[in-house]
Amino acid sequence: MSNTNTPKVTQVKQTSGSTSMSSLLYSQKLAPYVFVLPFIISFSVFFAYPVISAFIMSFQEIVPGSTKFIGIENYKELWNPTFLKAIKNSAIYTALSLLLLIPIPLVLAVFLNSKVMMFKNFFRSTLFIPALTSVVVAGTIFRLAFGELEGSLMNTLITSFGLDKQRWLGERWLGMMTLLILACWRWMGINMLYFMAGLQNISKEVYESAEIDGANIWNKFANITVPLLKPITVYVFTISIYGGFAMFTESYMLWNGNRSPKDIGLTIVGYLYRSGWEQNNLGIGAAVGIVLLAITMIITFVQLNLFGLFKKEE
Amino acid sequence: MKYAEKSKWSLNRVLLLLLFIALAIFALFPIVTLAIASFKPAQELLRNGLNLRLDRDLLTFSNYTNLFSPKEHYVTWYKNSILITFTFTLLCLLLSSMVGYAFAVYKFRMRNSLFALVIIIMAIPIEIIMLPMYKLSISLHLINNMWGVILPFVVAPLPIFFFRQYAGGLPKDFLDAARVDGCTEYGIFFKIMMPLMAPAFSSMAILQALASWNNFLWPLIVLNSTNKLTIPIGLSTLLTPYGNNYKILIAGSVFAIIPVLIVFVFFQKYFIEGMTAGGVKG
Repeated sequence: MSNTNTPKVTQVKQTSGSTSMSSLLYSQKLAPYVFVLPFIISFSVFFAYPVISAFIMSFQEIVPGSTKFIGIENYKELWNPTFLKAIKNSAIYTALSLLLLIPIPLVLAVFLNSKVMMFKNFFRSTLFIPALTSVVVAGTIFRLAFGELEGSLMNTLITSFGLDKQRWLGERWLGMMTLLILACWRWMGINMLYFMAGLQNISKEVYESAEIDGANIWNKFANITVPLLKPITVYVFTISIYGGFAMFTESYMLWNGNRSPKDIGLTIVGYLYRSGWEQNNLGIGAAVGIVLLAITMIITFVQLNLFGLFKKEE
Repeated sequence: MKYAEKSKWSLNRVLLLLLFIALAIFALFPIVTLAIASFKPAQELLRNGLNLRLDRDLLTFSNYTNLFSPKEHYVTWYKNSILITFTFTLLCLLLSSMVGYAFAVYKFRMRNSLFALVIIIMAIPIEIIMLPMYKLSISLHLINNMWGVILPFVVAPLPIFFFRQYAGGLPKDFLDAARVDGCTEYGIFFKIMMPLMAPAFSSMAILQALASWNNFLWPLIVLNSTNKLTIPIGLSTLLTPYGNNYKILIAGSVFAIIPVLIVFVFFQKYFIEGMTAGGVKG
């Protein structure tokens, strides 16, 4: 990586004064900055600036025409049952989706990767297909399938087992269950693919030498597969946490745009959307964003400690 | 002994197969019921919700012909979606590959700190900055405008990361040779490196195009007049507290998946590479 000491071209070109600007532009010293310029611009305008102004806005009362600092009033106002419910909903959704969407896809990936499995590619592709649908389409399907009517898909299914029909999207835990089934439907295949990609990197020799030492299938899974899949597991864990806490569209689609009965489907971002856009209270909305930022940062910190990434070399 | 082992495996094989058949049904079933529903009259849906029943007498194409009727906006939304997806993907690939390439090939001051910023953006849910971004978009006149959907996210961290990994794995010995031959730094990127990074471009093109095609929250915020909407936003406006236009919603949903499925069938490999790109450790 020592290509900084070959400024041949630039030296040749630096002959006349009028071309020195363009030769500077073409020089090897400046070129990398030209290449990363789009990132620098986009980062400053569409990331750094909004993050800073989110902080500032969260301490302001913003009504059309006037803006004034009100200290931590917005945060105080967030200490209300509805927002706490939103946090609780998001946290429960995230926790349960982690419980479902990490171990199951991991085991499925091992199954699908096993020697005896047939039609591997077919199943891999088929399970991937739900991920191609937009949340809008998926949400439409699920709100119809989990409808209250007797003839809806889920009610037909459970009444055929002799159970009573349910108001799937009307009760707290049934609503949560619907959200989780939707999450499993869309993400099972992708997470499985992540783990399969990880399995590909484990050499067969490790398993072979374990077999020589008399390891059975369970030993191999617990002592080789799971530990060696740790990097990919950490990755899937991380994106699932962020995805879980930032979940909004699923609930928006299942409950006709953020309008779930008794707020059973309200999430943190749902609350942000409600205060920022539906009630036009930008200060509160910004404060919700900062709370979400704090939550993700705490989780990241705990997680980095938990998985010992701070101790990693580099 | 050997025979016993073999039969044991075949039992496992059958069980595994049954498990995955069940999963495949779980994966496809909702899409199939949606496709069936798109051929039923909307009243039937309102009465019974989604189900597998298919009454021959009730079969109709009217939902689809309706999509293209001039009083509906579906065709406009479709055009908007295609235009936004195409423009976004093209710009995103160009800019992100430049940035990723520079991170991989050049040693320059601030390289590490800038790259750390890329990682930080990846780790922060964008929902956090939606509100200030919305205010910013208003002052930049990006509201209700396709550029407002595209510009804020066009230099995307994941593709930068991916292109950096990919370019880092390419041989660099001939770069100096190219320089001696009078090739400029930009010439090297556009004429030599870009073709070498073609597989990375394919994976990222699919990932970004799919994300853009299905994108919801930001376009929902930025776009507000009916003729500017993209398909997902347009479809979501059909659900109102006063009643839902299932006719357009169902057929429109099916019609929105079709191009994705077609691309998926032909470019599966790139789909899978692109979608799992984040997990690639390098």
